[in-house]
Amino acid sequence: MSDLPKPEESLSKLDHEPPRTGWMDAPVDIRKGMYCYSANPKSLNYTGFPHAREWNPIEDDWKLPENWQEILHRGFRERLDRFRSVKVFMDICVRCGACADKCHFFIGTGDPKNMPVLRAELLRSVYRNDFTLMGKILGKLNGGRPMTENVLKEWWYYLFQCSECRRCSVFCPYGIDTAEITIFGRELLNLLGLNIDWIATPVANCYRTGNHLGIQPHAFKDMLDFFVEDIEEVVGVKVEPEYNKKGADILFITPSGDVFADPGTYTAMGYMLLFHYLKERYGFDITWSTYASEGGNFGFFTSHETMKRLNSKMYAEAKRLGVKWILGGECGHMWRVIHQYMDTMNGPTDFMETPVNPITGTVFENAKSTKMVHIMEFLADLIKHDKLELNPRRNDHLKVTFHDSCNPARGMGLLDEPRYVINNVCNNFYEMPANTIREQTFCCGSGSGLNAGEDMELRLMGSLPRANAVKYVHEKHGVNMLSCVCAIDRAALPTMTEYWTPEVDVTGVCELVANALVIPGEHDRPTDLRGEDLPGWAEPEREETDAE
Amino acid sequence: MRLEGLLEKHKRVIVNKWFDAVVHTYPADTARFLKSQKDPFANPVGRTTFKGLDGAYDQLCGEMETEMLAASLDPIIRIRAIQDFTPTQAAGFVFLLKNIIRETVGDQLREKEGLEELMALDARVDTVGLLAFDIFMRCREKVYQLKANETRNRVFSAFHRAGLVADTPEDGPETNKTIE
Ligand code: SF4
Ligand code: SF4
Repeated sequence: MSDLPKPEESLSKLDHEPPRTGWMDAPVDIRKGMYCYSANPKSLNYTGFPHAREWNPIEDDWKLPENWQEILHRGFRERLDRFRSVKVFMDICVRCGACADKCHFFIGTGDPKNMPVLRAELLRSVYRNDFTLMGKILGKLNGGRPMTENVLKEWWYYLFQCSECRRCSVFCPYGIDTAEITIFGRELLNLLGLNIDWIATPVANCYRTGNHLGIQPHAFKDMLDFFVEDIEEVVGVKVEPEYNKKGADILFITPSGDVFADPGTYTAMGYMLLFHYLKERYGFDITWSTYASEGGNFGFFTSHETMKRLNSKMYAEAKRLGVKWILGGECGHMWRVIHQYMDTMNGPTDFMETPVNPITGTVFENAKSTKMVHIMEFLADLIKHDKLELNPRRNDHLKVTFHDSCNPARGMGLLDEPRYVINNVCNNFYEMPANTIREQTFCCGSGSGLNAGEDMELRLMGSLPRANAVKYVHEKHGVNMLSCVCAIDRAALPTMTEYWTPEVDVTGVCELVANALVIPGEHDRPTDLRGEDLPGWAEPEREETDAE
Repeated sequence: MRLEGLLEKHKRVIVNKWFDAVVHTYPADTARFLKSQKDPFANPVGRTTFKGLDGAYDQLCGEMETEMLAASLDPIIRIRAIQDFTPTQAAGFVFLLKNIIRETVGDQLREKEGLEELMALDARVDTVGLLAFDIFMRCREKVYQLKANETRNRVFSAFHRAGLVADTPEDGPETNKTIE
């Protein structure tokens, strides 16, 4: 019972403003529900990360290597030379505060250290102390502080309370991207073996078997075959996906979350139906790969080298199969990596062709270098050219809103395509308020490897601004379906809605598309892909038949 | 004047003070933001808190309908239940109202009657406070349930049953093994 506060303490804390210690001196208080478990050493070893060991964030002794300060200092120095952006971001912030209240983690937790400017200041204070002349002379007066164990713990705690969503950067007059600072800081923490397991183990699995879960190729195929049966039951048509087909026109890559976790599985069924439709109607030639079975790239949350390694597998597979280009599914950070990093890491890809939609002839000039096209661009192009027979009435029981996932929205500017697609497959679409969508979208609260179970409080707080806007459209328009184009969203948002707005369900956009798509040879479809009855669907159809 | 009339007359002042007190259970920088940002989408904690307190106050001074009270308190407590507060701090903000009312209208009450009315009001505040604790517990239970369910889903029981998941080997990749 010793951790219970005395009654007078509790109440006095209620009555008065909490004391204001200078943020730099306040010791970090690592709270349950706010952090993720430390990385399993065997996962770190597998991918060759240094200083793998068992350690516990809430214990005093983190079992740091003896020369940890030296390692960190050297790592900082090397990266300042390597990443000009970070050096600039360290120097130019004028602490104007424009970003301060824009982070969903600050808004949700109310913890000032989650203000982006302070998050960056955690690193910047050490930078000033160690790497600037003024800092060396003036020390604390210049906002510098030496790297101590407490500072290190604070880094760790708050760098894993940033989902690298970049919302703050939209508001910074200097374009400072705190996400880049977090990426940089986490890379430094990795030098000391201080990653979290929800990142380290998926990375090891992905490196070994090609996806985060460690599902082996035959099992991956088994799962898709299982969807084939499900689709046959619902639609009455047997789809025949291709696997690892050499010489196929196009390789399809999507996050493995679509294959193993609900409701992503219905999105995966959506892709399969779409490809079947296109094959029947237009001879579309696309293959899945059981080796490049992961679009997501958790390497992005460890180090640039690891990100590069995992990304390269997709291109190695494209080369092996000899495809013309890659079609990418509904994923978040896969697209951020492709759009922002891939070209400099593993590109330019000279063994594929500039993607051309074989059905419409559209040349995807924007994908000239990476050779990878987003399924929303592809779908929007098909719909624009009237190549899909759609019956949006089949989604009439849904009132849909759309969550812009940070990565496709802010990371690559994919804003209008998903909306165009949704509006063509649904009759009831409602936008959330303007300051919560498009470039200003709020993160799901679980991005950048934070969607573990043990940090549930953090995730729920981080999701509050998003949930608050969902609640608004639910109350105002009766919205009951939250659509998104990201597998982490599909994993994280159902948990968010269950806590904040239980009346709203979550779907991928391709699930909506497949439900509206009229498949050649389909039987009566009184249910959706989830096997749920479409309200009022079977009845009027029958009445019409009777009347004839 | 009777307490009932005073509570109605001074509603704005009292609710504002109550809001102020609740907001100051947060760190100073945060409190400033919670008070000043009026856009409900940029500041869900501040605006939800204000709206909830306002509604709860009306019930407290009026019908005391449990459903309505819960509808006002739930959104506030749902937030505080996961933030960095002890249970007392998360749900106990209701009791702050006692002092605020005394401070604001105490000297306008008639001696004897006033005291009785205040005691009756205290009892109502206590009832609301207890309801707040019930809501708090409900929120915490939900959080635990979400943790448990997600963990269950995350190990993909179906896959495991089918023996489809391969774990990373204990001792690293075969090719990197060192000979001891
Ligand atoms: S908006 Fe930019 S310059 Fe202003 S405090 Fe934030 S990071 Fe610094
Ligand atoms: S990148 Fe996103 S999570 Fe990180 S500080 Fe900025 S707004 Fe917050």
